[in-house]
Parts: sequence; C-alpha cells; structure tokens
Amino acid sequence: MSVLVILERHRMAGEALAAGREFAAALGVPLAAAEQPEAAYTADGYTAAYEALIREKNPTLVLFAHTYQTRDYAPKLATRFGKTLISDVIAARFDGAGPIFVRQLFQGKFNADVRAAGSGPHFVSVQAGAWRAAPTEDGSIEKFTPSVDAAASRQKAEAPFRESARAVDLTQAPIIVSVGRGIQEQSNIPVVEKLAAALGAELAASRPICDAGWLPMERQVGSSGQTVAPKLYVAVGISGAIQHLVGMKGSKVIVAINKDPHAPIFEAADYGIVGDLFEVVPALVEAIGKAKG
Amino acid sequence: MKIAVAIKQVPLRDSPLKAAASGLWIDEAGLSYEINEPDAYALEEALQLREKHGGEVIVVCAGPERAGQSIREALAKGADRALHVRDELAGLDTLGVARLLAAALKAEAPDLILTGLQSDDLGYGQTGVVLAELLGLPHSTIIMRVEVNGASVRVKRELEDGWFQHIEMPLPAVLTIQSGLNKLRYATLMGIKKAKTKEVKVLTAAELGGLTPATAVIEKIYAPHKTKQAQIFEGDAKTAATQLVEKLKFEARVL
Repeated sequence: MSVLVILERHRMAGEALAAGREFAAALGVPLAAAEQPEAAYTADGYTAAYEALIREKNPTLVLFAHTYQTRDYAPKLATRFGKTLISDVIAARFDGAGPIFVRQLFQGKFNADVRAAGSGPHFVSVQAGAWRAAPTEDGSIEKFTPSVDAAASRQKAEAPFRESARAVDLTQAPIIVSVGRGIQEQSNIPVVEKLAAALGAELAASRPICDAGWLPMERQVGSSGQTVAPKLYVAVGISGAIQHLVGMKGSKVIVAINKDPHAPIFEAADYGIVGDLFEVVPALVEAIGKAKG
Repeated sequence: MKIAVAIKQVPLRDSPLKAAASGLWIDEAGLSYEINEPDAYALEEALQLREKHGGEVIVVCAGPERAGQSIREALAKGADRALHVRDELAGLDTLGVARLLAAALKAEAPDLILTGLQSDDLGYGQTGVVLAELLGLPHSTIIMRVEVNGASVRVKRELEDGWFQHIEMPLPAVLTIQSGLNKLRYATLMGIKKAKTKEVKVLTAAELGGLTPATAVIEKIYAPHKTKQAQIFEGDAKTAATQLVEKLKFEARVL
C-alpha cells in the first residue's frame, strides 16, 4: 500500500510529487517514487518496465504528470490493470469510499467528480499548474528505477528534433495579444494586429489559428506551443481550452474579450469584456491611444 | 490497405451547455452534434492514405442512435462503410468503450487504425492507446505525419515545446492524430447521395462481449468554482473599453 509517483525528466515532475505527497497523507500510506529509466522512451518499453515495478510494489495509486509522454503510454499501462487512467486531474478529495478526483469536461466548461472505483492500483495524471511543485531531490522518499528492455519495443524511436530555430521568443515579451477562433477569418487578423501595435505587444495565437496557417506555429501559446507569463496577456476570441490555459495562466494580468460569457477564459481572467470582438477591439485601440497620448 | 477510423459524436462546438437534472452528464435536449474535431482529422488522414495506397476506409463509432448522423457524414466525405456500436453507453469509461470498439474491429483486422488524439467532451485522450493495447498492436500518439512503407509505418510524433520525433513501427498499428495535420474536406453533393447506400453494420454491446462497469465513475458534473473573480465590463463597446483601459492603467498598472 503506497502512492507511487512516476518521476519523468520533465519540469512537471515536482508537481506530480506534490500531488503524491497530498494523496499519500490523505490515504495514510507511504509515498514512493519511480525515477525515469536511462533508456530512451518508447511506449512498449516503458509500459513493460513500469508494469513490472507496479506488480512488485502493489501501490494503491500510481501518479503521473499529464505530459505528452504520459499520454502516450499511461493509458496502455492502466489497461493492463483493468483500469481507465483518470487523466488531467486538477484536485482530489478523499472520503470513506475512496478517492474522488476532479477533472475538466467539455474543454473546461464543466468540472466532474470522478470516483476511482474498485480496488487499486488506480492510475491518475495531474494537470500542469494544478499543484505547486515539490523538490524532487528528497531523500526521505523511497525511490525505484525500473529497467527497460529496449529491444522488445515494437516502436523504433529516432532522436527528437526541432523544425527550425525559433525566431519568435514569446517568453520574453512583457505584453502579449493572443487571438483565437473568434477572429473567424484570416482576413480579420489586422484587427488584432492593431491592438498589438497600440499596446506594443507581441502577437500570439491559440492552436487552431496556427493550424489553419493564419499565424506561424512559432506564435502559438499553449501545451504544444510556448508557455508564457507576461505582465499583461490579452486573449481575444479565445474560449480558453485547457491546452491554451496551461500555456498562459501564469501571466500577471489577464484580459479576456469573448462573446460567450460562459467561456472558460473568463475563469482565468482578471478583467473581461463580454462582447463582439469586432466592436470591442477597435474601441480598445482608441481608448489605449487616448490613455497613452 | 484496410484503414479503420474511430470517430465520436460530440455536441456542436460552442453549443450552450447545462448540466442535466441528474447531475451526471449534460442536458442533451435540443443539442446538435458533430464529429469530434480531432477525429475528423483522423478521417481525413485515412481518406488521403487510401487515395495514395488504395484499399478501404471503415468508420467505427460507438454511440446512441443519433450518432448515425455523424456516421453518414463520414461516409459522405468518402469512407466506404461503417460499424455502429449502437447502444446505451452512458456511464461507461474509456476502457469500457474501447473494449466494445476493439471487439468490433477484431473481426475486421485492419492494417491501420486511426483516431483523434482526444474527445472534445470527456477529453480523457486515451481511446486510441487503450484500443491498441486491447488489440495487441503497437501505437503512437499525437501524430503530425503518416508514411506507410509496405509492412511498416513511419510517423512524425509531436513532443512538447516545439520538438518532434520520428517513430517507426510494424503494421498493423494504431495512431492518434493531431488536429491540423491536414486540411479537412467537405462532403460533396454526390458524396452525400452515395452515403445513403453505403453499408452501416449495427452492433450491440451484448454482441461485443457486453458492458464492463466503469473504474472511473462520474459522480457529479458542475460549473467550475471561480478561483479568481474577473471584473467584467459590459454595456456598449466604447464604454467597456474605456473602463478596461482605466483599470489597466491605474489599478493593474500595466499600461
């Protein structure tokens, strides 16, 4: 009986450990951790390695950071134990009947209380930013390193690469104006360009805008793009899907402009205007001009 | 080659949603539905692979009767035939649904199975991976490019922070497709007409090994608690914009 945290070599490892510490205390069981093996990642290789470790240690709960690597193999691992991975969890509660995990549905429009039914091990991954990272160099935690049989993997992985040097470093921008699906068409992009110019901001976008080629991929903010924390982040026509929020919720001041008052972006925002961006943004450009002039 | 695409039907993007009285799911009354967007990209990729390599594209979808409309849409876009796991599936978790899909696909023995990387409703993001495990097939996720070379497939997998990786694996295999890797096609009038005559095989859960109780059980859904109270400015655009700029300048001091 324990909580076993899978420590990936990733900036989120400390967050998973912090969640693990909370869950272990609530369940009254020891905390243990599994270091990432030296062998390069493959889904087959890591699944087999962690499966053997979990069968040996028999933890109550196996905890992951919700990273791309976790998404690639943790569901496979959970399936071997007859479980669904309860993924992308933002909070947890514990009652007599066992743990309840809170996760988002419908791109953040709802939360759901999800009970891990039956006996363990249960498999849970935690969302980026949901727990404050704990130091992973903690001698008080028992640590294991699973061994990987790389030859047994059907996936043959090549070395990771980048497409090109990133010309735009959004992480250094003090002000960012970011645009989402609400802009409707590529020909409307100048509407937000004017706002960026008025604020002296870098222009950024949510994933669908870059997928459509309306702005280059290097201007994408979110889990698959850049993670930013400017002093001012203005989200225009962005609904606020989880994948976007994790890339910008550390911003000091967040402004949201969206026609849907229930858009999840307003949950993250400090200031908001509910309205048609094609009316609001030009008015904002004018008001900024006056305030600065 | 034989390519299967697992699609899910979800409420139309930006539908106004409210929780059902039961608190267990959304109120579905009056909602319109569409193919889960990431799955639409998986379907498009399958159609393009068929154009290149020949063969057939089979759509598989688990859902109630209304899902038949999304299946017809996939057929209208060019899929050859479909399997509809038509049953009351509420309360099943990912593993429960994937078991039904796996049982339906087993008899078909496709060379390649594609699906979107996640659903816009539950968002677990695991159906493809679980399907691969249940069928004993290799897989890879969040795929940006697919190259079939005889008996194997080489894919470009998206990693975080702008990194990618090439992975090669033998066929048959399962891939989860990243949105935006191709350009979605619209159904043509001819396609819509032809779809009406294409085969949709209906299967029940009982025929596919039955329903397995969920291990991830939704007990309640609710609007998120506000952790942060945004100051919202309403009224006409000009007034709201002026008020916002005042706040940014004098309260937040970021201008």
